[in-house]
Amino acid sequence: MSEPSHSTSKIEIRALRKSFGSNEVLKNINLDVAKGGVVALIGPSGSGKSTLLRCINLLVVPDGGSVRVADTRFAFGDGSNLPDVKTLARFRATTGMVFQHFNLFPHMTTLQNVMEGPLTVRRMARADAEKLARAQLAKVGLAEKADQYPATLSGGQKQRVAIARALAMEPDVMLFDEATSALDPELVGEVLNVIQQLASEGMTMVIVTHEIAFAREVADRLIFMRDGVVVEEGPARQVIDNPREAATRAFLSHFHRTGALPPANATS
Amino acid sequence: MYQWDFGILWSYRWLFLNGLGVTVGFTIVIVVCGLLFGLLGAFGSLSRFKALRLLALTFIEAFRCTPILVQLIWFYYALPILAGVEMTPITASALALSLYGGSFYSEIIRGGIISIDKGQSEAGAALGMTPGQSMRRIVLPQAIKRMIPALMNQSIIQFKNTSLVSVLAVPDLVYQSQVAAHDSYRPLETYTAVAVAYAAILIPLTIIVRRGEKRLAVSE
Repeated sequence: MSEPSHSTSKIEIRALRKSFGSNEVLKNINLDVAKGGVVALIGPSGSGKSTLLRCINLLVVPDGGSVRVADTRFAFGDGSNLPDVKTLARFRATTGMVFQHFNLFPHMTTLQNVMEGPLTVRRMARADAEKLARAQLAKVGLAEKADQYPATLSGGQKQRVAIARALAMEPDVMLFDEATSALDPELVGEVLNVIQQLASEGMTMVIVTHEIAFAREVADRLIFMRDGVVVEEGPARQVIDNPREAATRAFLSHFHRTGALPPANATS
Repeated sequence: MYQWDFGILWSYRWLFLNGLGVTVGFTIVIVVCGLLFGLLGAFGSLSRFKALRLLALTFIEAFRCTPILVQLIWFYYALPILAGVEMTPITASALALSLYGGSFYSEIIRGGIISIDKGQSEAGAALGMTPGQSMRRIVLPQAIKRMIPALMNQSIIQFKNTSLVSVLAVPDLVYQSQVAAHDSYRPLETYTAVAVAYAAILIPLTIIVRRGEKRLAVSE
């Protein structure tokens, strides 16, 4: 396993452990993501990949090990206190997260959804927040949907709004938790295109996905997890095209690994 | 065949109006205070701290599971003896009715809050909101919409429960109508008029709230 030096890695996870009751979902996980790196996390359901992602922004608080994003590091386990809610909130403000089920705020318009973080968390002036939010909506190709409520949008549009909402916090890293798994097949492409665009702009990202062809295209590193451990890790194309481990081979055999990305319909 | 004579009530109009004023004023106080107790009870029962949860639960069940009539009498007669706390009938009944209503409001508010998908507060947290911020900005605005019918229902019950304060000689509409009924020997007319007065206030209110609900629902 290669270990990028501290100065270049944006995310550094060491000896991470997490159990839910007697179920140990993460067993001694180490992970480094270089600045501007894109890491894809793949694996069967129950492998712990979503929990690992949620540990990076501490939506799930680990039982042991350490998490560092940019300059903020937290240690967990014996003798370390759990961070208080204010510290946690400040830390999460620097990491953007996109959820499988979008989790847009249904009582707010698209624009208000994207403005909410800048207004409430960053305490920006309303005019500045609106300008920022409109720019982010334009970036995901939804400027004209600003005044609509989420209920009137398609799944792909909702997820692009969710991405804009996360980007409006101008985060250090972006975390994608199966961002396309709840979408109709014809809507997957427009979301993947936005993610790909972010990758090309140098955003540091960790992507939990079942889109193997997409991971091969966009991620520079790929991690295959099973039963709470990292089974195989390496350059994305190498792992997908020539997996070393039998478990990785077995898992990948369920997918088309290459081929063009699904067509995008609505992204500009 | 009974001969109805509502005309006789006209001479008691000031008595009725007075009582109605007390009833309406009382309702406003116990709905507002009840909602405050309800918020405290709901947040207490959802707290991360076990002691607070236990305290809230004790409050809710103590007032929810005992009769309001007993509570009224207990606050007025028992507290002075047991705790040396003297209260006027009005204070005692306002407190008892507020706490009684609060225990029910608590459960309505708690139910509304936990009915909101966990993903909503997670999305707030992921943006960097504190639990308080995501409660205020994300969860409560959605939860309140769902609570409104049940809160309205409980407030109607609160309004009608004010009739019980007559046992502590608080001069509300029911108390004053007792006076009128005894004086006029016309209890049928008197209590019929009282029932009509309660309905005449509540029915327009329910219509207004229903309209408001529809307007709120538009944004979803």
